[in-house]
Amino acid sequence: MALDKPYEDVPGTTIFDADMARKGFHLNQFCMSLMKAGNRDAFRADERAYLDQWPMTEAQKQAVLDRDYNRMMALGGNIYFLAKIFSSDGISFQAAAATMTGMSQAEYAQMMLDGGRSPQGNMYKEDK
Amino acid sequence: MAKITAGVCTSHVPAIGAAIDNGKTGDDYWRPMFAGYEYSKQWIAEQKPDVILLVYNDHASAFDSNLVPTFAIATGEEFKPADEGWGPRPVPNVKGHPTLASHIAQSVIQDEFDLTIVNNLDVDHGLTVPLSLLFGQPSEWPCRVIPIAVNVVLYPPPSGKRCYALGKALRRAVESFDDNLNVQVWGTGGMSHQLQGPRAGLINQEFDNDFLDRIVDDAEALAQVPHINYVREAGSEGIELVMWLIARGALNDKVTLKHRFYHVPASNTAVGHLVLENS
Repeated sequence: MALDKPYEDVPGTTIFDADMARKGFHLNQFCMSLMKAGNRDAFRADERAYLDQWPMTEAQKQAVLDRDYNRMMALGGNIYFLAKIFSSDGISFQAAAATMTGMSQAEYAQMMLDGGRSPQGNMYKEDK
Repeated sequence: MAKITAGVCTSHVPAIGAAIDNGKTGDDYWRPMFAGYEYSKQWIAEQKPDVILLVYNDHASAFDSNLVPTFAIATGEEFKPADEGWGPRPVPNVKGHPTLASHIAQSVIQDEFDLTIVNNLDVDHGLTVPLSLLFGQPSEWPCRVIPIAVNVVLYPPPSGKRCYALGKALRRAVESFDDNLNVQVWGTGGMSHQLQGPRAGLINQEFDNDFLDRIVDDAEALAQVPHINYVREAGSEGIELVMWLIARGALNDKVTLKHRFYHVPASNTAVGHLVLENS
């Protein structure tokens, strides 16, 4: 019997469940390698060559090269692992989050100052 | 006999740690948030706990996809701040309490909670930011800390009900320890926030304030709230709030609310904070 996934109708959200963790295992473990300064240097020196050392899919590698975080999450990446990539890039969590929303960093920061994204109309896919 | 006297609940946003470490607590952006912790800094200086059971989650720092314990207790002597990708935070090492931690591990496993036991553990912002918020920037942390790590990264985390029951088991474990120790239990994480996807930036002040109300005097019913409500209403990372229920479960059914604070935003997140004493 399939598992119940009531979170699938939450809009704009990818839940990192067991199926996603299995898909993203190598992508996420690549991210963990960036917690060592020497590995960060090697990644910066030649991103493609560094990625080729990991048994990731071509789509996952391309999403990393493109810094397309929504795509990385669709391919099994989890935000706390992916944070190692934008930390290596010297980008803040808020700036990285902004890239996932289609807003500019300034617009996103202003939205947060104004109290954040409202839950009204953002809780069910059918509301969108 | 060891005794749990009080609980602290607080958000553990990494940007708060960065603001402290980089001397920005007086900036216009941060000043109102840090003001909400002034009471608590004085309070803890008077309380002088011997040990804090600090419930937090690791953010893919010590535990990666290779090993995901749902609940883990750290029984080591000392824990270093983790390098989360920009170097470790410049804070003191955290000193554990191996004898109490081992006693708790044995007690709660016999009490039906099958905790993972860990010795070497680098502790990330989830653990060190709450210490900085309450103790500031001392050269040594003024008490022992037993890290209790909860998986909230890989779905599903433990249920609120299970977390609340673990709190009760922790209390039974602490109260069966012979040494006289003043023990606090802290629950960290939350409040509403979503760090990912097109819905990033979600904040739900109504949800958060209801949670702050109910965890004080309606905790048993609050613990029945299913995961999907947190995800849908408080954001995919708002689910960290289940960890507050561990701290609440370890306290008396009746508690005295000493301090309550709520602030939006700290980076992407709503900050909530409670100080509770056993009545």
